[in-house]
Amino acid sequence: MEKLVKQTIEKYGSDPNRLMDMLIDTQEQFGYIGPEAVATLAHGLQLSQVDVEQTITFYHFLSTKPRGKYAIYLNNSAVAHMFGRDAIKDAFEREAGIRFGQVTEDGLIGLYDTACIGMNDQEPAAIINNKVFTRLTPYRVREIIRHMRLGKSLDELVNESYGDGRNQHPNLKTMVSSNIRRKGMILSDNYVMGKVLREVLPGISPEAVIAEIKHSHIRGRGGAGFPTGFKWEFCRKAKGEKHYVICNADEGEPGTFKDRVILTEKPELVFEGMALAGYAIGGDEGILYLRYEYRYMKDYLESVLQSMRFQQLLGTNIGGIEGFHFDIRIQFGAGAYVCGEESALLESLEGKRGEPRDKPPFPVEKGYLNQPTIINNVETFATAVRIVENGGEWFTQFGTEDSTGTKILSISGDCMFPGVYEVNWGFNVEDMLDMVGAYDVQAVQVGGPSGTLIGPDEFHRTLGYSDLSTGGSMIIFGKQRNLLRDVVLNFMEFFIDESCGSCSTCRNMPQVLRNKLVKILNGKGVKKDLTDLREWSKTLLASRCGLGQTAANPIVSSLKNFRHLYEELLQKDIEFDEGFDMKASVESSCKYVGRVPKFHH
Amino acid sequence: MSKPVIATTSLAGCFGCHMSILDIDERILQLIELVEFNKSPVDDIKTFTKPVDIGIIEGGCCNSENVEVLKSFRKNCRILISLGECAIMGGLPALRNGIPVEECIHEAYIGGPTVQLNKDHILPNDDELPMLLDKVYPCHEIVKIDYFLPGCPPRADLIWDALVALITGDPMKLPYEVIKFD
Ligand SMILES: Cc1cc2nc3c(=O)[nH]c(=O)nc-3n(C[C@H](O)[C@H](O)[C@H](O)COP(=O)(O)O)c2cc1C
Ligand code: SF4
Ligand code: SF4
Repeated sequence: MEKLVKQTIEKYGSDPNRLMDMLIDTQEQFGYIGPEAVATLAHGLQLSQVDVEQTITFYHFLSTKPRGKYAIYLNNSAVAHMFGRDAIKDAFEREAGIRFGQVTEDGLIGLYDTACIGMNDQEPAAIINNKVFTRLTPYRVREIIRHMRLGKSLDELVNESYGDGRNQHPNLKTMVSSNIRRKGMILSDNYVMGKVLREVLPGISPEAVIAEIKHSHIRGRGGAGFPTGFKWEFCRKAKGEKHYVICNADEGEPGTFKDRVILTEKPELVFEGMALAGYAIGGDEGILYLRYEYRYMKDYLESVLQSMRFQQLLGTNIGGIEGFHFDIRIQFGAGAYVCGEESALLESLEGKRGEPRDKPPFPVEKGYLNQPTIINNVETFATAVRIVENGGEWFTQFGTEDSTGTKILSISGDCMFPGVYEVNWGFNVEDMLDMVGAYDVQAVQVGGPSGTLIGPDEFHRTLGYSDLSTGGSMIIFGKQRNLLRDVVLNFMEFFIDESCGSCSTCRNMPQVLRNKLVKILNGKGVKKDLTDLREWSKTLLASRCGLGQTAANPIVSSLKNFRHLYEELLQKDIEFDEGFDMKASVESSCKYVGRVPKFHH
Repeated sequence: MSKPVIATTSLAGCFGCHMSILDIDERILQLIELVEFNKSPVDDIKTFTKPVDIGIIEGGCCNSENVEVLKSFRKNCRILISLGECAIMGGLPALRNGIPVEECIHEAYIGGPTVQLNKDHILPNDDELPMLLDKVYPCHEIVKIDYFLPGCPPRADLIWDALVALITGDPMKLPYEVIKFD
């Protein structure tokens, strides 16, 4: 083992900043990162063992204990539950003879829950040793486990046909489907790879590129909506030895999967966008930070990069422009929603726990390795190419005044045609529901758990930064769904699991709120609980990053828009009930000291 | 109007909060002018003898007796105040909340390094003794609490101002210095 780990260290130039890559390789080689591997890594990188361990234990897909020859990660997003996850979980447990969180005695199979894996349009889905298995049924589960026991290879476990589009590419060959249901400028077939790098850039300066981007008024597609042109300009002007371009492909917001589809169907567009950004800010190195859930795309994306290098769209003197050098490498996360937050992403890229940094300084000044860095969403880079190709002015004709261009939506839940839809900003929710074939809709979650839950009286609202802002996640809930139990509770559990733990507000308050919600769901709630939920949620605004700041949103927005669902569950005649049970609470101590509990009242 | 009646008690607390009540110094004379004390360690009245306006609770609940006293306060007092960290959050005693109560008892009566005389490993189980709760509960998880005065202990000025505000009905001033704790 020591030898192999040493080779891994060498593969990444003994650079402690590449600890994540080394840990992921080690995890994949041995199924876990044991004490011996930790010691070798610590020694080889001149880190303390605790440094290595704290990084390992931060990430969901890294483990200090064996996870099984086949590690099965079953998605537990709300939509997975809606599409029969319980039966799948049951089938896995029965057939494997273990519970979730355990490994079979022979070390063959491990079962684990995992947060949304970006397959909401083809649930229930699981990841097994980096391969994605979609649309699972109990029958398939039993078959998969049986085949594992027979010693079949991972490829043999897949017996369905491959998904649509480029999912059939020889380097991808996955059963995942792209489900593109509406195309616009980004998903369109009229993209010609390299046109911007070869034909447009030679004619304009980096400053002019930034001017076009500014003129287009495009704002970041990752959720926060910062104007992209300004970000690039700040970065270009910031002083540093090196400038970095980072593409945020962490796509962790439950219900979003459009970055997966863009990277599957239009990876060249994204990489061209990164190179274009490199030209604009004066950087020669780009990193695609890809969530580990999409590890199955590794070989495919590497092959795309390689072919772009052959065509001189990456590498040196790109597009024939003297001195325009740019290349891209892919680095993976390892299962942590918070690593989508840009400064946590930087920490993770540097091999550390993904804990958000204090800001300022912002990444444009001090980002990756303390150098000026831009971090943009996958879709933002893709869009930038179309802007520079056609001009900022052209771009502003799409969408609305404050939200220009198109937005790719990831639509899932109770509708006929879940999938990816590229629409102009300004689309309203009603039209969207009609577009996807959603009838008898009770509610729509706009922007994932950190967004808002709206009901029919708000379906006239439009998508845009000034009304319903969204990174693209749209989850539709039919009338048959129990919103509080199946949706709000699931989302709260998600935030509780994903908090990095730095801020006491974000570490504690979501649990307090969750417990109150459970109390209400169990029929023990009183009116005051609703006031507490609303008021106590406010403390979360003091958190350091967006995760904590939005962690109460499922409760706050459902309380605002679906208050009657809460009120129906409250106890009518009493004002106070915290559920204290004297009998139960003295039981253990009385038993231990050997006395029979006696009560006066 | 007759004088407002006040009652106080110390549950799972250290009496530090009561010390802080006394810390209002000579204003205690003024307080006695303003209010009448009923059940309280301050005057050693052991049981409620009349309806009380303001009940002040120090400490959380670690045993059955605490719970009963707290409930009797809720029954007899119009307004209840949780005074201090222990009443509000459980405080220092709640440090045991992460440890099973059996382990706590074992450590206290059998296993602890300072336990030497209990050779027969006797555990307190007389019916007269209060029964230990599985963990320490803040007061508001057992009865409804109307106001919370934070601090460990809350400063005498804070207690004084709160009482005066409650009695006179005037709004309470809460300058930063009174509620900051670091
Ligand atoms: C908890 C959290 C998770 C985030 N996850 C993502 C993500 O998965 N992808 C993304 O592009 N942005 C994500 N963001 C937003 C990023 O911090 C950042 O704003 C964005 O990548 C900037 O790119 P853009 O301007 O192109 O949108 C997240 C933010 C927070 C607070
Ligand atoms: S808000 Fe939550 S996730 Fe963000 S830094 Fe604080 S503890 Fe970490
Ligand atoms: S809050 Fe502080 S002073 Fe008051 S009882 Fe608790 S420990 Fe003692």
